[in-house]
Amino acid sequence: MRVRAGLGLLLLAGCSGAQTPLDPWGIQADRIATLSHVLFWGGGAIFLLVMAFVALAILAPQRWRARMGSRGFLIGGGIVFPVVVLTALLGYSLGVSRALTQPMSDAPLRIEIVGRQYWWEVRYPDLGEGAVTANALHLPRGREVELHLTSGDVIHSVWVPNLHGKLDMIPGRVNRQRLRADRVGTLRGQCTEFCGTQHTLMAFDVVVQEPEEFDAWIARQRAPVPAPETEEHRRGMQVFGEAGCGACHAVRGTPWAARIAPDLSRVGSRPTLAGGALPNNRGNLAGWIAAPQDIKPGNHMPAYARALEGSDLIALASWLDSLR
Amino acid sequence: MSDASKTLPHSLPRPPEELGLLERAWAAPTGFRRLTEINNNLIGPLFVITALGFLLLAGLLGVLIRLQLAVPGLQIIDADTYNQVFTTHGTIMMFLFSVPVVEAVGIALLPAMLGAREMPTPRLGAYAYWIYLIGGFAFFLSLFFGAAPDGGWFMYPPLTGKAHSPGINTDMYLLGIGFIEISAIAGAIELITGILRCRAPGMTLGRMPVFAWGMLVFAGMVVFAFPAVIIASTLLELERVFDWPFFIPERGGDPMLWQHLFWFFGHPEVYIIFLPAAAMVSMIVPTMARTPLVGHSLVILALVGTAFLSFGLWVHHMYTTGIPGLSLAFFASAGFAVSVPSGLQVFAWIATMAAGKKVRIATPTLFILGFLFIFSLGGLTGVMVSVTPFDWQAHDTYFIVAHLHYVLIGGMVFPILAALYYWAPCIGTPLSERMGKWVFWLLFVGVNVTFFPMHISGFLGMPRRIYTYPAGMGLEIWNMISTIGALIALIGGLLLLFDIARSFRLTGGEGNPWDAGTMEWLPNRNYGPRSIPTIDSRYPLWKNPRLSEEVEAGAHYLPGTLTGRREGLITSPAEGIPQYVAVLPGPSWTHIVAAIGTAGFFLVLTVEWVVPAAAFGTLALAAFLRWLWTGTDFGPIGEGRGDIGGGLVLPTYVTGPLSTSWWAMGALMLVMGSAYACVLGSYLFLWLVNGDGLWPPAGIGLPLLDRGLLALGLYLAAGAAVWGGGALLRRRGSLPFWVIPLALLALAGGYGADIASLWEAGLSPSSHAYASASYLLVTWQGVNVIAGGIMLLYTQARSWAGMLDGVRRVTYDNTMLFLIYTAGQGALGVLMQHGFPRLL
Repeated sequence: MRVRAGLGLLLLAGCSGAQTPLDPWGIQADRIATLSHVLFWGGGAIFLLVMAFVALAILAPQRWRARMGSRGFLIGGGIVFPVVVLTALLGYSLGVSRALTQPMSDAPLRIEIVGRQYWWEVRYPDLGEGAVTANALHLPRGREVELHLTSGDVIHSVWVPNLHGKLDMIPGRVNRQRLRADRVGTLRGQCTEFCGTQHTLMAFDVVVQEPEEFDAWIARQRAPVPAPETEEHRRGMQVFGEAGCGACHAVRGTPWAARIAPDLSRVGSRPTLAGGALPNNRGNLAGWIAAPQDIKPGNHMPAYARALEGSDLIALASWLDSLR
Repeated sequence: MSDASKTLPHSLPRPPEELGLLERAWAAPTGFRRLTEINNNLIGPLFVITALGFLLLAGLLGVLIRLQLAVPGLQIIDADTYNQVFTTHGTIMMFLFSVPVVEAVGIALLPAMLGAREMPTPRLGAYAYWIYLIGGFAFFLSLFFGAAPDGGWFMYPPLTGKAHSPGINTDMYLLGIGFIEISAIAGAIELITGILRCRAPGMTLGRMPVFAWGMLVFAGMVVFAFPAVIIASTLLELERVFDWPFFIPERGGDPMLWQHLFWFFGHPEVYIIFLPAAAMVSMIVPTMARTPLVGHSLVILALVGTAFLSFGLWVHHMYTTGIPGLSLAFFASAGFAVSVPSGLQVFAWIATMAAGKKVRIATPTLFILGFLFIFSLGGLTGVMVSVTPFDWQAHDTYFIVAHLHYVLIGGMVFPILAALYYWAPCIGTPLSERMGKWVFWLLFVGVNVTFFPMHISGFLGMPRRIYTYPAGMGLEIWNMISTIGALIALIGGLLLLFDIARSFRLTGGEGNPWDAGTMEWLPNRNYGPRSIPTIDSRYPLWKNPRLSEEVEAGAHYLPGTLTGRREGLITSPAEGIPQYVAVLPGPSWTHIVAAIGTAGFFLVLTVEWVVPAAAFGTLALAAFLRWLWTGTDFGPIGEGRGDIGGGLVLPTYVTGPLSTSWWAMGALMLVMGSAYACVLGSYLFLWLVNGDGLWPPAGIGLPLLDRGLLALGLYLAAGAAVWGGGALLRRRGSLPFWVIPLALLALAGGYGADIASLWEAGLSPSSHAYASASYLLVTWQGVNVIAGGIMLLYTQARSWAGMLDGVRRVTYDNTMLFLIYTAGQGALGVLMQHGFPRLL
């Protein structure tokens, strides 16, 4: 896949992984990026031409102006030219649409994503029991996947511009999108349909891995978390139960299996926390548990600063951080 | 007339008392009573100033948004407040500024431009203004109580359903803005009637100025588009208050229904805003280029063509919702098609400027050039986002924010500013040319610096409707530039308002400084032109340089008043042949009280105070009835006819299709029909979503057929009674005593049977969308039944008071039209309700 030069990369100053359609990491985004360049340059040229005509209409020598001040010029510029250009553009754009919706394989990897205020539930139904995570979308490089999108509450939308255009998550419907990531690395995706108070902080990580690493990751996700090995971690797991976290959050290999809030098995290995709102580290885990309403006011997690002793909070965060 | 052999209708000089009588009939009340004036010369400018006030308020909200987004992580206002701010910014701009301002320019200028004294239903126009002022201001105040809507200006459910938005914010939008849409519809009905029937003699449709065509197209689009958003708002309010699950998937509803209804309104809405502004440009460019518009007929065709095409585009706002590709392709093609007429108009303006000797560069011209720049850029990004795969990336990002502001500010605000500077001397004192250049450059630079970088920030991944953004995404520089631009534009806007406050006074006009060719530049007072000329050209003042003197001296038609009251000359729609002289109402308090009652009713319902709402509603109803009683259907006055000049004797009272009120009723029926089409469309959409097997779903029965057939029969009987009564009234000269009681009984009985067919079948509206849709048909019919019942009672009262007979029957005709429509709508509803599920 060729990286396209142009306005986009000039603006990006070469940083890859930036959330933009102009740095395609997949075949679909690549096709749309090409289309975008055609539209930008073509539109820009037409704009300059029309502005030139406006200037000429006022400033040009009388001979030119007389030629422009006619019905022929009006029909040529105002009907013939647009009809010709738009017809060509229509053919081209329908071709791009068709290419984008052509399936590349018979058996894409199915990934179900359910949007909720303000997090993402991600499941891999083809890969066995327990292939579930939250707020992070792992993809195998070079393999076609089919996203199945729906919502658990209001309308959300999935957008990873480096891979494809956006698609809405509408309660009561399942929308499907096929895409293929062709480059390894980390991307960012975001909710792009206003979904309430914290629509702003509803993002997710996209991790594209080599197929072997992806398989290993899936295996780890499915496996029960190991028993806590240090005293602090044992205390942390105990606090998880006592504080009632298990009423909303699931951790594989423990008795807690609720689906109301993000799945926390292996939460320590995620790039970010709270829907892309915070970098993932032990301090931020503790800070989030203590005061989620200060970081993301209006989200549905209650604050635990008063309910937990400082040492218990740290133990809990340590244990969660160790789940990788 | 430069042709000296053509004689004028009246000889000069006119008798001295004639002008005095005319002035007295049209005299504006003084002091506090000035509020009661309904003259378009006052209401039009008031409307414009109020709209500019909302532009300032919503613009300040926009500046607040830009301040918050200047750097990442700022929290000048918290997330909840921010969501109310951006929602209110968009809602005020779209509903309380854009549509009212173009309508206002129409009300201010059209009568004079068409050679008429006044709009045909001036109290209705004044009422529309007052509900707009009161309701709009109350809506803005809701921000300060934390009660402003916060779901974005298009308010998608389920976010805006009761479960996810339990507060009154959403209701403030649905009810608070919903009733202001009545204002736009009332204005549209008046415009259609006025443009088609109140023109100068000889002004054929071909000679009618392009701005009149633009407003006619505006009005037609409002008639067919606004009902969709009214129905959508009704459905969402019914869901929120009574739990009728139109948009709740668990019970057969679908959030997509809202999107289809809203955007069926929402796309034509932007052309409703743009086309009148484009038509204003078509008036200003010929004057500044000192030559007629090149391609005049093609430009009109472009306006009409855009209007039609714009109703076929709405799904381009829904490209990312998962709608099948074939449908998307259709809408993409339509989106391309609609840009052709707009491009044609741009080239017509370029050609006109080229055809003129030397284009005069004054402030209006600068704003036109700014419009061409900004709107062309916005139109081109519009073609880009019409390309579906491109929109899949651009949708709901700042690229769209850039596009929409370019087309709205370029396509409407700049032409309106050109119009202000151009037409100010037509109705009052001119604005400052020197300051105007500063205003232009500050706004032009400010708008481009604000919105151009948003194309870039959108394509760097910045979504819409976020109260901040993360650092490190490359967005900082573009947002900072945008904020600086907003402050530049703010200064320009404030300078404009300062100049208006300082320079502008409503004086009636200061002559024709631009040497324009169209009739709004004739000397104009409360009564419009002193006399009404015959037209034989598109640019009457260019064709006949002496026209102003002749009109002012009273040499043309109707230089006085036949009945001693305010009058307007009514002509035929296509050819402009004089048909009759309509007597118009004068100032009164009734429409103001009705506006207070209407606004109070809807606003108080937002907070669910039912008893005060009922009180306001009663007040509004009483005011309406008094308004009708004293201000309409005067009957023949005196002889019932008069000489308007040149030996032409016309009646002063007509009934039937010749009457303007028949035409207004016709426009009203188009509005109601369009609303009912949306009701039926919603019913059918929900059926499509649920499928045959779930229509009705298991456990819910069909409506009772026997009750339905009874309702059908009684509805038709009510319609027949009223229609038959009309024939008897014409033939016998008086209304038989049994007509209206019979019609009332049949109507009430029919409606009772209609409700019973659902109620007695055990259908509960909150159980499933099938039941809600069925009850919706009957609920909407109820609006017509109640209004029709009131009209019947009012008509009976007129008959008893001796104000209704075989000759004086405009009131009866209007009631008859309404009742026949109601009967037809009811019959159609019964057929749908009972026939459709059974035929599946």
